Amino acid sequence: MPPSRYRENEESKAVWVYLEQEEGTLENVSLEVLSKGRELADVMKWKLVGLLPGSGVHALAKEAITRGADEIWVMDHPLLTTFTIEGHGAVVYDAVMLGKPSIFLLGATHNGRDLAGRLAVRFRTGLNADCTNLHMDEKDALLVSEVSGFGGGVVAMIEMQNHRPQMATVRPGVFALSEPDSARRGKVIDVPVNLKPEQIKTRILERVRSGVVDLTRVPVLVVGGRGVNGDFETLKKLAEILGGDVGATRPPVDAGFIERERQIGQTGVVSSPKMALCCGLSGAFHLLVGIDKADVVVSINSDPEAPIFEFSDYYIVGDVSQYLPVLIQTLESQQEISHA
Amino acid sequence: MPEFHMVVCVKVVPRSDEIRVDRETRLLDRRHARLELNPPDMSALEMALNTRDRYGGKLDILSMGPLSFEPLLRVGLAMGCDHIVLLSDRAFGGADTLATTYTLAKGIEKMGGADLIFCGEESADGATGQVPAGLAEWLNVSQLTLLTELSLDLDKQTATGRRSLKGGYEILETPLPCVVSVKNASQEPRFINFSRKAWAYETERVTVWNAVDLNADPESIGLTGSPTTVSELARVPVRERKRIKLEGEAMAKAEQLAVIIRDSL
Ligand SMILES: Cc1cc2nc3c(=O)[nH]c(=O)nc-3n(C[C@H](O)[C@H](O)[C@H](O)COP(=O)(O)OP(=O)(O)OC[C@H]3O[C@@H](n4cnc5c(N)ncnc54)[C@H](O)[C@@H]3O)c2cc1C
Ligand SMILES: Nc1ncnc2c1ncn2[C@@H]1O[C@H](COP(=O)(O)O)[C@@H](O)[C@H]1O
Repeated sequence: MPPSRYRENEESKAVWVYLEQEEGTLENVSLEVLSKGRELADVMKWKLVGLLPGSGVHALAKEAITRGADEIWVMDHPLLTTFTIEGHGAVVYDAVMLGKPSIFLLGATHNGRDLAGRLAVRFRTGLNADCTNLHMDEKDALLVSEVSGFGGGVVAMIEMQNHRPQMATVRPGVFALSEPDSARRGKVIDVPVNLKPEQIKTRILERVRSGVVDLTRVPVLVVGGRGVNGDFETLKKLAEILGGDVGATRPPVDAGFIERERQIGQTGVVSSPKMALCCGLSGAFHLLVGIDKADVVVSINSDPEAPIFEFSDYYIVGDVSQYLPVLIQTLESQQEISHA
Repeated sequence: MPEFHMVVCVKVVPRSDEIRVDRETRLLDRRHARLELNPPDMSALEMALNTRDRYGGKLDILSMGPLSFEPLLRVGLAMGCDHIVLLSDRAFGGADTLATTYTLAKGIEKMGGADLIFCGEESADGATGQVPAGLAEWLNVSQLTLLTELSLDLDKQTATGRRSLKGGYEILETPLPCVVSVKNASQEPRFINFSRKAWAYETERVTVWNAVDLNADPESIGLTGSPTTVSELARVPVRERKRIKLEGEAMAKAEQLAVIIRDSL
């Protein structure tokens, strides 16, 4: 197959992470990937580099160093203030071709995916999207990307022998965030940016962001499946009482009962709540990926044979439409007692 | 001026509710699953048809896959598309994103290019929405992803779309040609037009191209053209759970559960 853009033996032994920021805040997923990148780099005794395009983003470079980076390449330019595929694509491409890292990781946000999909082709390299884990094959110094999607609780380990960089994207919540270490020292390198306004073909006419739902870190996650028959109001009520939020499996999302950003699972959110309450869902592996990090899993399903029971700490065999109102009532009366 | 040309990329996938898990290997068993149009592509089809209704032009369906995809793709013709191009060759099999996007781009090239290309958000059978951006790169055109709305200005030759963001949206304008990916479930697909049905099943509505027809580099397609390799399959390590079944009357069970919930938080 045709080679990638790096010439042979040109790679430098390093792990690079794309650092995405929005209005002066680093995306959590970038820091999560940086934490994982630190582990990979340590195994190989390689350098961990963060790639930070934006405008006025130097303060964020220091933050990324406290999260494990050895070096931050800052590309600071007014044309990089908000993400455009042409602007960010061009500077990230140039930086990678300058540093030739062996590994290049990105968070699977909307922008991260746009960038990864486009740049993988520009590098003529492979891309493992939405990895559920990453590790190093130390002997061959290769990145091993774990990808599910084969269903049934089987994951595939994917490697790339001959093409560079080895690219992978990871969804928010998949990796834990390391504690910041304010004593860590690292280098901040200013990379000159040659970007001309005419290179940016896409114009942002309007941008509205409000009420970002972040289910990766809610304390209680109430997940509704096909079996709740679209009644997410009851689930919301329950979640509210418990100080949590509502998620869903794919069928109710596809049916339009609830927003896609609330889908839990392999192609949705990976959540790490104290408790996941599973209502009327069968327990497909695609879904289980999203709740496996929960401390406690509780489920209600009318089918005594439902697979989800095997993956629950406590379960009730029964109809959600019968149990949820009683549960809400009981919790509410408890609340009144504790408030008294 | 040549006619405004639009292409919608549609994949055919096994129905997810008919995929069974093999008890032994725990792998997906797709053999008995019927095929369907990739559900996210229904939104792409609808946005494409809607755009054609508003601005005119020709709208073709492009798909890479086995010949068995053909009858299902014809549903798109009955909905209002003009023609189908199916890229079919054993040599295209086993393609990862790089090889898939290369092949689709060669298909579009052979169609004489396109002003606007629609894709779905992702393939339901495991891929991850990386095709639209990769395709745009091969074709060296702009991209607007995750759109819920699209409008065109044919005088200025621009596309304007509403792109969903986490907790919001942005309105983007970009020059044509352009690859668009359509937010899943954002469009209500229309019913097929029954008066088009007989027409849609005529043989000449479908063109099949193989690797030679595309003049594709044999090294860049299918498994050969895919840089990534599956080195092994492993079981997902899932956390051991207590598996305690709550017993008793409904009320008692609900109370028990309430106590467990309170104690765990
Ligand atoms: C590539 C790929 C990626 C996927 N990604 C995801 C993903 O990220 N997230 C995801 O969720 N799915 C995903 N899926 C789909 C997944 O495989 C399952 O189809 C889905 O999780 C099933 O959702 P469910 O459990 O709600 O529905 P079902 O499997 O239909 O289960 C419904 C359950 O509700 C129970 N029930 C019905 N009525 C009641 C009632 N009144 N009271 C109590 N219980 C009741 C039934 O007994 C049944 O167990 C993906 C599939 C593919 C192929
Ligand atoms: N084999 C294919 N044939 C036609 N279109 C495809 C194919 N694979 C992917 N696509 C298009 O690319 C979109 C995203 O797919 P993916 O990147 O595979 O998740 C799909 O919704 C389709 O529109």
